[in-house]
Amino acid sequence: MMEKMIFGRYIPADSIAHRMDPRAKLIFVFAFIAIIFIADDVWGYLIAAVFTYASIKLSGLSLRFLISGLKPVMILIAFTFLLQLFFAREGNIVLELGFIKIYEEGIRQAFFISMRFTLLVFMTSLLTLTTTPISITDGLESLLNPLKKIKFPAHELALMMSIALRFIPTLMDETDKIMKAQMARGSDMSSGPLKDRVKAIVPLMIPLFVNAFKRAEDLATAMEVRGYRGGEGRTKYRLLVWQARDTLALLSLIILAGALTAFRFWI
Amino acid sequence: MRNMISLQNITFKYPGTEIEVLKNVSISVKEGEWTAIVGHNGSGKSTLAKLMNGLYFPEQGYVTIADIELNKDTVWDTRRHIGMVFQNPDNQFVGTTVQDDVAFGLENHGIPQEVMVERVQTALKQVKMDDFLDQEPHHLSGGQKQRVAMASVLALRPDIIILDEATSMLDPAGRAEVIELVRELKREEDMTVLSITHDLEEAAKADRIIVMNQGEVYREGTPEEIFALGQELVALGLDLPFPLKMAHVLNEKGIPLERKPLTEEELVNELWTSFLSK
Repeated sequence: MMEKMIFGRYIPADSIAHRMDPRAKLIFVFAFIAIIFIADDVWGYLIAAVFTYASIKLSGLSLRFLISGLKPVMILIAFTFLLQLFFAREGNIVLELGFIKIYEEGIRQAFFISMRFTLLVFMTSLLTLTTTPISITDGLESLLNPLKKIKFPAHELALMMSIALRFIPTLMDETDKIMKAQMARGSDMSSGPLKDRVKAIVPLMIPLFVNAFKRAEDLATAMEVRGYRGGEGRTKYRLLVWQARDTLALLSLIILAGALTAFRFWI
Repeated sequence: MRNMISLQNITFKYPGTEIEVLKNVSISVKEGEWTAIVGHNGSGKSTLAKLMNGLYFPEQGYVTIADIELNKDTVWDTRRHIGMVFQNPDNQFVGTTVQDDVAFGLENHGIPQEVMVERVQTALKQVKMDDFLDQEPHHLSGGQKQRVAMASVLALRPDIIILDEATSMLDPAGRAEVIELVRELKREEDMTVLSITHDLEEAAKADRIIVMNQGEVYREGTPEEIFALGQELVALGLDLPFPLKMAHVLNEKGIPLERKPLTEEELVNELWTSFLSK
């Protein structure tokens, strides 16, 4: 299941969405999250759905791939759907089966909330699927740059993120090695009561942490020797280039926001 | 020839400890020379590296790098002259991909982007890793990672490369790869190389060897002179290179070789010519 899971993964391809500036994509997704809350009727959600579908098309990924990759999230969405369906108690009763009462408002809420949730998951997944983690970090740093004036550590934050990302596979490998080493010494991590299993994690975590600190120290030395003295006076190897398509993407969002507002208040 | 690195009468204790890890040590590394510092664990050889890049400052004595005296004010200037490759291939890989890692040092020094792209390319070509630009570190072997580390150093164009146990965590193939690369670089770029190691086979490739023991310089000389010490080195906790061990065993069996072989090739040559001369 982990192989098929695409949440937070990057899929290399050459599409319009892949080629967009990460800054544009970040603004796009965050703005979309806000805009989707304007919709509150069938038409609004239909427009938002069409908009999301168009975005998926422009990323060169197939809808089926997204749905199958996001299956675990879909189960969660189905669960919220049922929760809403059974527990919202407004409007007329539509169906009554023993103690279960389904209200009109319940159906409405369940449909809208799960729809909103689905669209949000699709859009945020599109961001990570079409953008390398390092580009997202670069984009974030660049967007947060103005906040440096109020002493917000934008560069440090971005560097921390990129180092964390770089070390995830290294630490995963290490966890695997320590686990095998402990298993070879007779530690049992996959059976027995929960209490024993939690206890078995301790001899796994301690060497992992000790090594992580050792690595951090080595890395700090290596960085210092290569002339790292903080963000001041640094140049960037990766350039972010804002192009016409990035502006167009943000314009399309304004149109979406306009359309949704129109449907909500005037139509 | 000018001294690129010179340490004069260095005495050093780690902060908060009482043991002198270095006692009145004076060594120098000449321009264009490959010097190896060997010694067993705790001989003080790694401490020397930390003093050379200003991670620590000596209690007594002076460190001079490329004619600049190293102190708290000049530490960043001296670091521009020195490139270091460390022991653990993973722990010195800063970037998320090969090219980002090589660019990291350049970014720190504020090199303009167009120049950076070119320097990253050249440096990776020099270490023959230019086909791996977008590879992530966990897809590379230890030897490849060390070659990238070497490229990161080369991109900064230092005068001196210090290899601090840079081959000790590699498999024999990776080790040979890195050592061969250092040889090529030395030949083509006329680099000054200092390798700190406990591997005498690596040291055998150097022009000059400094043997450290218990925080003091034990002996200094060409590889031939040093390996002539034979069992004395073993007593210091160092492992002799295989050709020398072989020569030693042959000698014990009553087959003396004329010259002490330092490489396997020399050993083979020695064996078949000595047979002919009899």
